[in-house]
Amino acid sequence: MACNAAFEGVMGQYIEFAAQQGADQAIRCSGDWTSVNARALEHEVADLTATLPKNTNPIIDISNIGTLDTTGAWLLTQLMRDDGDSPREFVGGSDKHLTLLERINQYTPVEPAPPGHENRLLAPLIGVGRFVMGGADDVFAVNFTQGRLLAAFGHTVTGQAPLRLASFVQQFEQIILRAIPIVALISLVVGAIITQQTILQLRNFGATILVVDLAAILMFREIGVLLAAIMVAGRSGSAITAEIGSMRIREEFDALRVMGVDPYQALMLPRTLALIIGMPLLAFIGSMAGLAGAILVAKAYGNIPIDVFILRLRDAMSMTSLLVGLIKAPFMGLLVALLASVEGMKVRGSSESLGRRTTSSVVKSIFVVIVADGLFAIFFAAIGF
Amino acid sequence: MDNTAPATSPAPGAPAMTVDDLAVSFGPVTVIDGLGFELRSGEILGLIGPSGSGKTVTMRAMAGLIPHQRGEITVFGRPFSGMTPREREVLRRDWGVLFQQGALFSSLNVLENIEFPMREHLDMSPRLRREIARMKLDLVGLPPAAAYTFPTELSGGMIKRAALARALAMDPKILFLDEPTAGLDPIGAGKFDELIVTLSNTLGLSVLMVTHDLDSLEVACDRIVALADGKLLKAGTLSEMRAASEPWLREYFHGPRAHNTEG
Repeated sequence: MACNAAFEGVMGQYIEFAAQQGADQAIRCSGDWTSVNARALEHEVADLTATLPKNTNPIIDISNIGTLDTTGAWLLTQLMRDDGDSPREFVGGSDKHLTLLERINQYTPVEPAPPGHENRLLAPLIGVGRFVMGGADDVFAVNFTQGRLLAAFGHTVTGQAPLRLASFVQQFEQIILRAIPIVALISLVVGAIITQQTILQLRNFGATILVVDLAAILMFREIGVLLAAIMVAGRSGSAITAEIGSMRIREEFDALRVMGVDPYQALMLPRTLALIIGMPLLAFIGSMAGLAGAILVAKAYGNIPIDVFILRLRDAMSMTSLLVGLIKAPFMGLLVALLASVEGMKVRGSSESLGRRTTSSVVKSIFVVIVADGLFAIFFAAIGF
Repeated sequence: MDNTAPATSPAPGAPAMTVDDLAVSFGPVTVIDGLGFELRSGEILGLIGPSGSGKTVTMRAMAGLIPHQRGEITVFGRPFSGMTPREREVLRRDWGVLFQQGALFSSLNVLENIEFPMREHLDMSPRLRREIARMKLDLVGLPPAAAYTFPTELSGGMIKRAALARALAMDPKILFLDEPTAGLDPIGAGKFDELIVTLSNTLGLSVLMVTHDLDSLEVACDRIVALADGKLLKAGTLSEMRAASEPWLREYFHGPRAHNTEG
């Protein structure tokens, strides 16, 4: 017992193998060799192959196997092939089992080269490189899309391509008109919050009335258009990307192309025009709603009566402030449309890619819209507008 | 009798699935009305009928994907209606479905697609799972290199094969095929038919195949069930169908496109 290192044999649930058997050694298999019992079977096969002395060539008795499926058959063929030089033989077993085993045995596992892994040390550099190249590609793609859209616009204006009025109206409703409630609501709340904070600060200087100037200029110059653009980027940028992306997956995009219809003219142009024309409208509505929020809070927190507010507003507001907001708005719309189209065009095949592109469209649009707003602010300050 | 009856089928003739007085409707529209037939163990049953006769709906109802309003579906002698949701869930592992477009998960590669049901339901080591998945790939005749490709990179025929490998991942006893040869070239379709016959014989599968392909009916199917307007038109072997007097069947089996399957 103490020094008994000799092979004892295996007495498992599924495999029985006694070492001291002589010439007619047999591995006796029984039970259901199915995928449900895979874990136990795997262990017993591994145990046996690990402990089985070399150069033994027992037959494999499968006459007591109940159900056999491909997983079981695979494990049985593992048992058979184990020794390498001369395959072991199966005895017993129904025709059905033997047919299956024969078929499974025809399969010799070939390890295909797994997809290559990147060098771990280079990974950060590769990441940076990809990021930079991706950015460059985006700049190119945005310009490309802009060119295609301009060409499509040119074709439409000169009558070489149909005027898609129905599509434009439908997109205008979807993108602009249906966004009015949410844009108005958000602007109202933000306008109210800004006014409240401003009043609390200005009160220290006894200049509470200046909140009117601040609210008016801020809402019309910056907040109204920015909030509208962010809302539209989230609402419609994602929708445009998803629409174009799924049309690409389902080859509808290619279908348009082979029918001689320019997808940029048929799909992107109506959306882009709706955004360009509609954004000033949304920005104006947002600004007005923000002003309404300011009036309400000025009354509640600053004790500024509505008529005093309006009177002060006449002096504080100028056409310039209104125009600054309205001039920016179409560009915001164009940026959202361009980025949404570019991301939509990048969708390839899988649903995962569609989701990733839609997210990316929203994130990029919001980022670009805010950066553009900053650049506009610098520009208008520089020209003293 | 045809000589195509698989020699190795388990208890041939015993039904794997029976459909009795089945009715399926969507709102006011009744698609299947009083349909009854059986899928015998180890046979390949072809389901034919004109477009809109409810073939796919029948298959989906049998696979438990859509509810039926009347009638009974019995699987291996157990009525579907008497089962708890949990029992149905377990039973579902016993069948595989090959959808018309393959329905491979586009975000997983082919090997991961095949491994997916095994990973969900079976307790086995990742290594064994991978080996079995590779073997299934080989069973359906895909090259080992296809393992790491994504569904979007595959041709139509390869998608069908990969989807079949996934349908076979759990070693189903019943296999539902929705127009398996649609969209394949005649050579590819012929090979696919052979593949299904081989697999059915080797693995003892019972196969329900919705098809429009006359060659598939000839090569692969042991019996044929014809539907018309949500009802059973006729069930029988190919020769019985050819001899049928119903106008639609006559046209189907003796029409201009039937030339190569006759005699």
